[in-house]
Parts: sequence; structure tokens; C-alpha cells
Amino acid sequence: MISTMQVVLGTLLAALVPVVGFNAVLTSEHFASFLVFIILHVVALVYYIKGLLTPRLFKVAMTFVLTVGLALCLAVVAILAALVASSPTKGWSGRSLSLLDPTYASKYIPIIASVSEHQPPTWPSYFMAINVLAFLVPAGIISCFLPLSDASSFLVLYLVTSVYFSGVMVRLMLVLAPAVCILSGIALSEAFNVLTRSMKFQRPISDDTLPTAGDSTPGSSSTATITTSTKNANIKKEKMGTISKERSSKKSRKETELVGSSPVRPEKEEKLCVLPSEASAMGILFLIMLCGLYVIHCVWAAAEAYSAPSIVLTSRSHDGLHVYDDFRESYAWLRHNTEVDDKVASWWDYGYQTTAMANRTVIVDNNTWNNTHIATVGTAMSSPEKGAWEIFNSLDVKYVLVVFGGLIGYPSDDINKFLWMVRIGGGEFPHIKEQDYLRDGNYRVDAQGTPTMLNCLMYKLCYYRFAETDGKGFDRARRYEIGRKHFKLTHFEEVFTTQHWMVRIYKLKPQKNRVRGKLKLKLKSSSKTSLMRKGAGKKNPWQ
Amino acid sequence: SKRSLNFVSSIGVTVFTKRVENAGSEPVSKVLLAFPNIQAKNLAAIRAFGTEGKVKGLSSVLPIEVVEPSGVPPELTFFSASLHKPLQKGKILHLDVLTVFTHFLQPFPEEITQADSQLVVFQDSSHYLSPYPVKVQTLSIRLPGGRVESYTKYGNTKLVDSELKYGPYEDVPPFSYNPIIVHFENNNPFAVAKELIREIEISHWGNVQITEHYNIVHGGARLKGEFSRLDYQSRPYARGVSSFRHLIARLPARAHSIYYRDEIGNISTSHLWSDSKKTQLEIEPRFPLFGGWQTTFTIGYGLPLQDFVFSADGKRFLNITFGSPMEEILIEKLIVKVVLPEGSKDIDVSAPFPTNQWQEVKYSHLDIAGRPVLVLEKPDVIPEHNLHFQVYYKFNNISLLIEPMMLITGFFLLFVACIAYMHTDMSISKNSPSYLAKLQWDEVQATVQQIQGIFHQCLAVHDKLETSLHDLSRTGDAKSCKAARKAADAQFKELAKELKPLLLSVQSSPQSYQIWPKLDDLVAKERELQDKLMARHATVVDSVEKKQRGQDIENRISSQQQKIAALRQEVESLLEYLSEI
Repeated sequence: MISTMQVVLGTLLAALVPVVGFNAVLTSEHFASFLVFIILHVVALVYYIKGLLTPRLFKVAMTFVLTVGLALCLAVVAILAALVASSPTKGWSGRSLSLLDPTYASKYIPIIASVSEHQPPTWPSYFMAINVLAFLVPAGIISCFLPLSDASSFLVLYLVTSVYFSGVMVRLMLVLAPAVCILSGIALSEAFNVLTRSMKFQRPISDDTLPTAGDSTPGSSSTATITTSTKNANIKKEKMGTISKERSSKKSRKETELVGSSPVRPEKEEKLCVLPSEASAMGILFLIMLCGLYVIHCVWAAAEAYSAPSIVLTSRSHDGLHVYDDFRESYAWLRHNTEVDDKVASWWDYGYQTTAMANRTVIVDNNTWNNTHIATVGTAMSSPEKGAWEIFNSLDVKYVLVVFGGLIGYPSDDINKFLWMVRIGGGEFPHIKEQDYLRDGNYRVDAQGTPTMLNCLMYKLCYYRFAETDGKGFDRARRYEIGRKHFKLTHFEEVFTTQHWMVRIYKLKPQKNRVRGKLKLKLKSSSKTSLMRKGAGKKNPWQ
Repeated sequence: SKRSLNFVSSIGVTVFTKRVENAGSEPVSKVLLAFPNIQAKNLAAIRAFGTEGKVKGLSSVLPIEVVEPSGVPPELTFFSASLHKPLQKGKILHLDVLTVFTHFLQPFPEEITQADSQLVVFQDSSHYLSPYPVKVQTLSIRLPGGRVESYTKYGNTKLVDSELKYGPYEDVPPFSYNPIIVHFENNNPFAVAKELIREIEISHWGNVQITEHYNIVHGGARLKGEFSRLDYQSRPYARGVSSFRHLIARLPARAHSIYYRDEIGNISTSHLWSDSKKTQLEIEPRFPLFGGWQTTFTIGYGLPLQDFVFSADGKRFLNITFGSPMEEILIEKLIVKVVLPEGSKDIDVSAPFPTNQWQEVKYSHLDIAGRPVLVLEKPDVIPEHNLHFQVYYKFNNISLLIEPMMLITGFFLLFVACIAYMHTDMSISKNSPSYLAKLQWDEVQATVQQIQGIFHQCLAVHDKLETSLHDLSRTGDAKSCKAARKAADAQFKELAKELKPLLLSVQSSPQSYQIWPKLDDLVAKERELQDKLMARHATVVDSVEKKQRGQDIENRISSQQQKIAALRQEVESLLEYLSEI
């Protein structure tokens, strides 16, 4: 009853959100849950009717309803199938398809694949996120299986699906977290159960029952035999063994779990769960230590990794903490030293930041749904200076902002994101081709870089006068010397660069600065290029 | 008359030293000072010190006011310094006049590139514009050093080091004007605060909180073309000498809780030094300021109350500096808001110079009437205005307790309301069936609880019997065991007596249809258990008396033992069930 209310109300409320709308009922992703919902209600209805009617009448009604219902169902299924088949993605949105098929996004929707949270996680990121729980989870799964109930099988299924989804993209680590917590909680509780129980049943009869316990258990529990026999042999060795067993080895964990989840009959309990009391004390101490370490790790992760704002970077060196506050420096500059209605173009990652901190209008931001819009900015960044100037000018852009990490070695800068700009831009405007920016399939901006790459706006804006800092132009983020060192900007001028060069702001030079006498000449000579453009970009509104 | 101009900072300072001789016959009580209107418009401060006679020192400040004498050209503005006592004929007065002009130096060219240094131009007269004839006069101009682009050359003009000298000129008639232009390099920070709002909030709990909102602009020559960080960082010759990247604020000693932030968060580039005399705060704006660039930020700090608020004649007064703690900053519009605690009365201010004043009300947490705010506004404030001003007000210490008392009463009333709610019966109809049922159910629950208590007592008696048996097996003392049985029997009877009315009341209640069968069952089981226990007890005691072997006793009672255990289990589970209701 309550769950019915919840489903109906929840769906209605979700449908009230403008972005969601009728997607909550119309898209195929939600079909499975609604099917379950319907089946549950049909079953409930059948039971209700069964209570109302006599058995004979019920049989008649059953056959009638079954025939009619089946016919109706078939019709509905046929209609649904036709509807679903008519849509190109079979009614599934790209986002959920990219979840089911990890390669889907990179093939069809570069804009989803370009987000760093949508990349598959690495092993270190798993360990960073769940730490010791990674070792406790297998134990938790085993203890779920020992008396397999409905609840525990649900938990196992929950874990398996969430592990799969977290493997598809990093941000779904959030889905994994509760499952992992529950299962490792189970594992911990079982382990404590075993250890404390074996301590409890040994304390009062410490003198004479120990050997008898050892005698009475052969075969019934592998752990007990192992530990008791080794106890006779070498106490120290046995302790070490127990500890290492508790630490990580899944196999021995399995054995403890076997003991831990043994049937809870008191008579058997005494026989089964007899670990030596020293070993179990050590085990408890070890588990408590493990939990303590985990708490320390969590506090550290929450303080350093999760709450460090990505806008203020810090680094520790031998002479203390160094703060890189370049983003706010540039946003403050934009806020105070540009006109209120100036527009700023940058890659969409910095859209919200610019809007909020610099209080300036941006061309694309983190919530831009119009793919063409983002592709336009990507195209401009991948075009040579003149083409980019024309695109930006047509968008009424005054300033262009790029993020550059080459001076201090900040890896997530625009040069490293640039290939996505090319891909997204190329998706809408076919004259941008990814191959033009790759040398033998490798993306590089050193001397091996392709001329298109070394001539595009992004390269120029990032590396303008960069070579003059150390004379060689050594890029610390990519660890090589850049390809094109000395060049001049013709259509843009540098107006601001932050202290560590992380943000560089350029202004579009006003039109009148261009030499008018050359215009006609250029038109003739560049007829070839303009023809090419015409052929390439019929959709392109900038030509 | 000697005149010296000081342009070492970005604000022009002029000092005249005059010897005034009364050549007329009447005693003179006023000395007129004249300035062209263009200069007078930018006059930020003027102060005159007079010393009579030949002895220097012992000078006294003379009051100055604007006057408009008749028959003078309208392009001039006159100030008159009134002497403390009239100057007699033939007597000599030393008059020192200090004037401070803002916007005296005009950047020329108005736009420079990052590599250029800033040139400024200054126009004045080489003759002091005096309404009186001047016998001898000189003019010396202190320049900040560096290049001097050009200056107007007259006969006796000398440039020595960074000092430019004109004169001496003798017997100059009144109102003589001899224009000069000096064009020179001045890379001092032209920091101009377009607006500064200083909020001084007094809390009689012991703190004076000062918050200063700056809107700073570089008032010098505007930056033209590119700003190159490369040049700024690594090329000393092109690094933008006219820019400035830090400002220094001298805060009072014992300033605490200092913060420096702007609208997008804390600014991490600041340094603080403090000793017993002063606190020095060096702040760097987020970016270096070039000509025409601007930024906003807020600094705030707390000061101990006893250093700044005093009481005299039943009144309290705040005594604090007026201007900004920043060094060498020109404030185009300064607004000082003094927020007095709620309940202050008879507010009065004494400032050393004229200001626009009005009052506002500010509402903060838990304010009812609001805090009176005294607002002082003054344009063109320079470091010379950094004088103390006083705000007098009356404030009763009892008013301090109003807000805590409000909170206490509020919470007290809340808790009283909660208590009242818990103790009142809020149901609307007192004889609706559901209400009655609820009442009855409550009654049943209470009785069931009592019954439970009795059963628990019974179980305790059972345990006592058991222990007596144990004692028996140890000591073989059959007599005490019998006594224990008798006592238990008596107790059982008593408990049964107690139980009877309770059971009847439960049975009679219509709400007990759920519990009654269980309860009935429980009573029966308990009775059986009692019987069994007594019987076993009796057999054990008997056999002990007959000196039977322990093994035999075990055999005799083993069947009973099992039954007792089973019954006990059942009784306990029934009791558990009851307690769950």
C-alpha cells in the first residue's frame, strides 16, 4: 500500500520537474520498474478476488480473465514494441545506453564521454574510495550466502549490479558505496561474532576443557582443528597466522566465515567456535585497529580529497603549503575590469564558474543542452586564428578564456581536453577532422604535432610567448618541449594572465585594426579556402 | 614668503611659510589666502599655523573659513585665517599654511603601455597668488626623483637633484600669476578608493567590529594594449613600474580576528605583523593593479572595546580615527557608519572637519527597535584626515541583557507549551466510540502490566525454590528446604489473591478479546508449573530425608524436570508476548 503510494506519488512529483516531464513514464528505462509494479498489483488483485468468490466461480472467472487478459496484453505489447522499434535508440536515451554499453558514449556521443566523471575508474580510485572495505566485501558476500535468505540474496544482487555500474563510470561509485558499506558491515559483524563467541565460551572453563574441545572437534570445523593443533605446536606462529589470515587472504576469511555463520544452536556452538582465546583477542584487536585506520582514512579523504575545492589548488613542498588561486584571480579580473555586458567564451567546464564568479555572460556552460552550441565553441578553438575570430565575432564574444597548465604542471587544462573539443566540433561541423590533429594516432603538441594542431587557436592562445619563459618552451604538464615556439597573434591580444599562467584571457582585436587594403587581395587568393569551406560547411552558419 | 610643493606621493602637498607684516595702520585680525577655483575644487585639506614675533615654535592652529570679499575676480576662492589676536601695526606674524590637493597631478600621456613609466604634468604659478604685495618669495618643488621631462624655465630656475627651485622674486604685486608647467616621472601608486564604506559596530559585550568595503582603482595613466604576465614577471625594465600590487594598512594595536576577502571568497595573499604598538597588514589584491584597473575587497577586524569606548559625565563616547588605515590612499567618497547598540539614546558627534551626517536604523539578529546608525559622509579624504572623531551616546547596561532574556523566555515558553500539550486532552468529542475504546485499552494495558509484574514475582519465587534445592544437594539441610517451600507456598497464595481482581477487570473489559485467551492460558500454565515445582520439591526433600542415592533422585524427578522446563519455556514466551503488546 505504502509502496504503491510511493511509486505513484514519486512518479508524479518527478514529472513535475520541468527537465524530466513525461520522460518519467515514456522512456524505456522505466519500463521494467513499471512492469514489476503492474505485476504486483495484478497478483494482489487475483488474491483479493479469490477471497471473494467460491472456488468454482473463481475457476470460471480465471479462464475468462486469462483469455481476455492475454489478448489485451499481446495487443499492448505489440503496440509498445512497434513504438519502441520506431525510435532510433529503441527508446533508450544515450545516457542509459552508455551505462549498459560502456563503449556506446565514446562511439556516438562524445559530449558525454568527454566528462571526466564519465570515465571508467582505475583501481587506485576504487581503493581511494572504499579502502579496507574492498577486502571486507568478499567476506560479506560469503556470509550472505551461508544462510541464503531473500534479504541476503537481494544484497548480493545489489552489490553485483552496483559494481558493474561503478566500473562503467567513476561517478557511479556513489551507487557502489551503500552496497559496499552494508556488505562489509555484515562481514565485520560476523567476524566479531565468531571471535567474541569463542572468547566467551572459553573463559570460564579455561583449564581442562581446552584439550577436550580440541578432541571433540575433528572434522567438524577446519579452522578449529587448524588453530588448536597449531597451538600445541607453536603458539607464536599460530598468532601470526591468525593475524595474516584476518588481514586479507580470502581463503582463510572464508574459513572464519564458515565458523561464524554456523547454525546458532547452543550445543553445537560450544563445539564449533572454539578459537584459542589469545588468537581471538588478537583478532578483535586487529579488527578494531582496522576500523580505526579506516576512520582515519575516511577523515583524511573527506578533508583532503573530497572537500578540496577544485577552484583553489594547493601543493605541499618543502617550504610549506603553496596556494594556486589563479582561477579566482582571473575571474575577479574579469568581474572588475571588463564591461558588464561583455561575453566570455571558454570551454564549457568553466561556464558556471565564469557566470558565478566573474558575473559575465558565457557562450556555453555546464548545463548547455544544445550540442551545436558547444560544437561551435569547439570548432572555434580548433580553427586557425582568423576562422576562430570570425566565429567568436559572430557570437559577439569579447574575451576568450583558456586554462593552461604547462607552466606549473596542472594536468587537467584545455590542451589535454582539446581532443574532445575537436571531436565534439567535428561531430557537428565536418570540416574539423580528428585525424588532422593526430600524428599517427597520437595526440601531441611537440615538434611531432601536425601543422593543423600547431596552428589552431587553442594551441596559440595557450602557448603565446610561453617559450620565452625558459627559452625552450618546456611544457611541465605534458613533459616535453612544445612544437611551435615563437609566433605572433594577429586577431587576439593578451589582456590578462594569472600569476601561474593557469588562466589566460585574450581579447578579440577590434575589426578596424585589420589592414583594409589587403582585403581584396586576400579574397582572391583565399577563394580556394573559402570554396572548401562552402563545400564543407553548408550547415555552418558562420560562412 | 616661501612655498614648497611636495609630490613624492601621488597626492600633492603644499606648504607655505609666510612672514606677514602689517604695513597698514589698523590692527589686522584676518589674513586672506587665495586659490584659483580649479585648485580650490580639489583642495582636500587646509590648515594654518600662526606664530607671532620672531621666535619660532609655539605655533597655534588658526581657524579657517571660506569668505567672499567684494571686488575680487570670481575665478578665485578666498579663505581667511582669523588670528587669535589682531596683528598690530608693524608687527610680524609667521604663518604656515598646509594645503593638500587631490588630482593635482594629471597623467600625461593619459594612456601608457605596460613597459612605460608614468609621466605626470603639473601646472601652477611660480608666483604665489597673494592678495597682498609680496616682498620676497621663492618656490621649491620636491619631485619624487627620476626623469624630469620638461619644466618651464625662467631666469632664476634651478634643478638640483630632485628639487626644482624658482626665485627668489622680489616685490611682486598682488595677484600676479606666472604660469609654470612641470612634466615629470611619478611611479608612485595612484591608489584611489572610489568608495569606502567603514562600518564601526559597537558591542558592549566587549568588541568594536570594523568592516571596510573598498572599491579601489588605479588612478594613474591607463594601461594601453596588452598586459603580458611574462614581462611583468621576468623583465625588470618592462614590468610595469606604475602598477602596484600591495597595500599596507596600519591597524590599531590589539586588533584581532582580521579577515580579508571579496565577493568570491577569502583572498589568501596577505601578511600580518603585529607588535605592542601597532598591527600591520599587508594585503595584495588578487591581481596587480595597472592604470585604470579596479578591484573590490573587504577587510574586517575586531578591536577591544575598552580601548575605544570611554565614559564621561554619564555619557559614553567612541573615540576612533575617521579615515582608512591604508597608507597613501585617496578616498573619493568615504562613508563612515557607526552602529551603536540597540537602545542607545542622545546620539551626538564631534568631528574635526565638516561632514554630511544622517541617521539610519540597522536590524541585526534579535533586534526589535533596531540599532541606531550614525552615518558620516565626506568626499576627498586623504591620510591627513585620519584624525579622531567622537560619537557620544547614552546606553544603559541593562539593555545588554534584553536579547539573552528574550531567548530564555522564548525557550521557556516553548517548553511550557510542550508540557501543557502533553498534559491536556485535545480530543474533540469525549464520547466517540474510538475515544472510549482508547481509554479502555489504556486501562487494559495498565492492568496487564500489573499482571506481568505479579508473574515475574512468581518466577522469582520459582527461582528461590530451585536455589533451595541446590542448597539441599550441597548441605543436606532438609528442614530449611521445607521452610523455603512453605514460604513459597504462602507467597504463591498471596500472589494469586492479588491476581484475581486484576484478571477479573481485564476479563470484563471489552478491549481484552485479544489478550484474554493468552492471559487465561498463562494463568493455567503458571498454576500447573507451580504444582509441578512443588511436587518435585516435595519428592526431592522426601528422598533426601530417606537418604536415597543421588542417582535415584535424579531418576525419579527426571520426567518432572522435563515438564517443568517445557512449562517454564511456555510461560516465559507468553510473558514476552504480553510485554510486546
